[in-house]
Amino acid sequence: MVNTTQPTADLSPPPTVKQIQDERLRDVSLVTKIMRRPELGALAGLILVAIFFVSTADASMFTLAGIMNILSPAAQLGILAIAAALLMIGGEFDLSIGSMVAFTGLIFGAFLTLNSWPLLLAIAATFVVAALLGGLNGQIVIRSRLPSFIVTLAFLFILRGLSLVGLKWATGGSTQMRGIGDQAGEGIIRELFSGVAFEGVFAWLAANDLIGKFPNGTPTVTGVPVSIVWFVGFALLATWVLLRTRAGNWIFAAGGDPNAARNSGVPVDRVKTALFMLTAVAAALVAVLTVLDAGSTDARRGFQKEFEAIIAAVIGGCLLTGGYGSAIGAFFGAIIFGMVSIGLTYTRFDSDWFQVFLGAMLLLAVLFNNFIRRKVTGER
Amino acid sequence: MDSQVPLIEIRNLVKHFGSVIALSGVSLSVHRGEVMCLLGDNGAGKSTLIKTLAGVHRPTSGDFLVEGKPVSFASPRDALDAGIATVYQDLAMIPLMSVTRNFFMGREPVKGVWPFRRVDFDHCDEVTREEMHRIGIDVRDPHQAVGTLSGGERQCVAIARAVYFGAKVLILDEPTSALGVAQTSMVLKYIHQVRQKGLGVIFITHNVRHAYAVGDRFTVLNRGKTLGTYEKSGIQIDELQNLMAGGKELQAVSAELGGMV
Repeated sequence: MVNTTQPTADLSPPPTVKQIQDERLRDVSLVTKIMRRPELGALAGLILVAIFFVSTADASMFTLAGIMNILSPAAQLGILAIAAALLMIGGEFDLSIGSMVAFTGLIFGAFLTLNSWPLLLAIAATFVVAALLGGLNGQIVIRSRLPSFIVTLAFLFILRGLSLVGLKWATGGSTQMRGIGDQAGEGIIRELFSGVAFEGVFAWLAANDLIGKFPNGTPTVTGVPVSIVWFVGFALLATWVLLRTRAGNWIFAAGGDPNAARNSGVPVDRVKTALFMLTAVAAALVAVLTVLDAGSTDARRGFQKEFEAIIAAVIGGCLLTGGYGSAIGAFFGAIIFGMVSIGLTYTRFDSDWFQVFLGAMLLLAVLFNNFIRRKVTGER
Repeated sequence: MDSQVPLIEIRNLVKHFGSVIALSGVSLSVHRGEVMCLLGDNGAGKSTLIKTLAGVHRPTSGDFLVEGKPVSFASPRDALDAGIATVYQDLAMIPLMSVTRNFFMGREPVKGVWPFRRVDFDHCDEVTREEMHRIGIDVRDPHQAVGTLSGGERQCVAIARAVYFGAKVLILDEPTSALGVAQTSMVLKYIHQVRQKGLGVIFITHNVRHAYAVGDRFTVLNRGKTLGTYEKSGIQIDELQNLMAGGKELQAVSAELGGMV
């Protein structure tokens, strides 16, 4: 196009100028297109953190076993963080997630040991109780029109207190409930919620010398911990729901502007209640996974996880004001968490630097998100 | 259907909120292909009237007919289903969401079988691009956030959405009051287009100039009552201004300020 206009010297300058402007526009739109991805910050953060540890940590951190070590805590936090992210996009907070883990852990243990229910029934009943509690949270927030911050802060203490009282009552004075693992028994249900998955694949890989193995032939890493499988599966499902389904559009709308959403026929109250229920069920899932792994439960389970989950969601690109964010971002946010908390033990740094790092990361993420939001919406 | 039957007709509509009488006998009608301007100063009862027409409030007494049949709406959804779409001034669009997502918000077309049912975003993007093109807004990318559009463009998108989803009557709540001159003319031009499509438009405003630019008839509301309905041919812009402000006081002020109000 430029070539064809060049011969006519008189006419060439205007179209050329116009073209340069057009190209500039296109450039900007490409940059914004990338910037428009809410998870961009988390992905960039993850790469930076990985570079930091590759250059400072012991090489064993990035072996298969090391990566599983990083992903295990990331998975537990990540399941909570993805649910928290969906809820934040829907415009609400849930500060009771951590206490919910402790409380649902207790009732799960009680269903198994005190009621001697079969594992499947105990898990299903735990999820139902969690969903009801989440629904209660949601209904109080919606009907009272109080900020969810305050309502769920109340539940943070109520559920933590109930977990302590309940544990002491159930065990006769102890704050730990043991013997849950034995009561759970073995079987397909147990394997869905504890232990490792893909053992066959790992055994095959070891047999073919693709991964490390012990002299007797068993692989050093026997499989992927199931919590990681749940974590990845939940991240994929949540992302699909958020970006591709009607429910996803309603979540963005409910958080972006509840009034506008209502005027357009979005059932905002139902969406929010469902999100509170989902968050509570995610907490129950983490409770079941960790309680079955440990074989016991205690009152400190899930302590401060609500803050970590919200931080991971914010690092993942969620705005505190709602209406914007991503589930896959929370996924990356949780992995950053796991990498830093575990990774510091592979370095010569004191692992208590973790908290400093956490706060700094949060601050950076919020500043970055605010900047991005202004870019995206053209806010001036 | 008989074109003489008004799309919406209300007669002697009364609405009380406890001891407050918000509307005390309002009558008005809108026909196909007509822009009916509803004028009134603050507190005249415009908002209550719109919300009653939109199904938010239920009238205390009076007749409410849609295409000649009496109706009673329990919710905004009922009004929407009857073809009455309301575009609120600031509450129409969500700035952080894309144009497409806003356009189809609450009425997303789905494909596939549950649990794999999903929104048909290809179709959505195509429709959005087409509709935006039709009203002359150049949306390079329907995924761009609505926040990047100007105020006038947002109003036009909201109106286009209502038209696309089969509205017969559009209620526009002060669509131009927050806009600059160029933006206003863009919205007014689009209202004119909508009228030519055969829709009825109720255009609420307190700017007489904007009303006079596109209106066919004018109903003036004051203190919960209709002062009267006037054909464009039967009234001048100054008379309308005075009626709306309740007469004399404004004339006095206007004279003081040299006729600038």
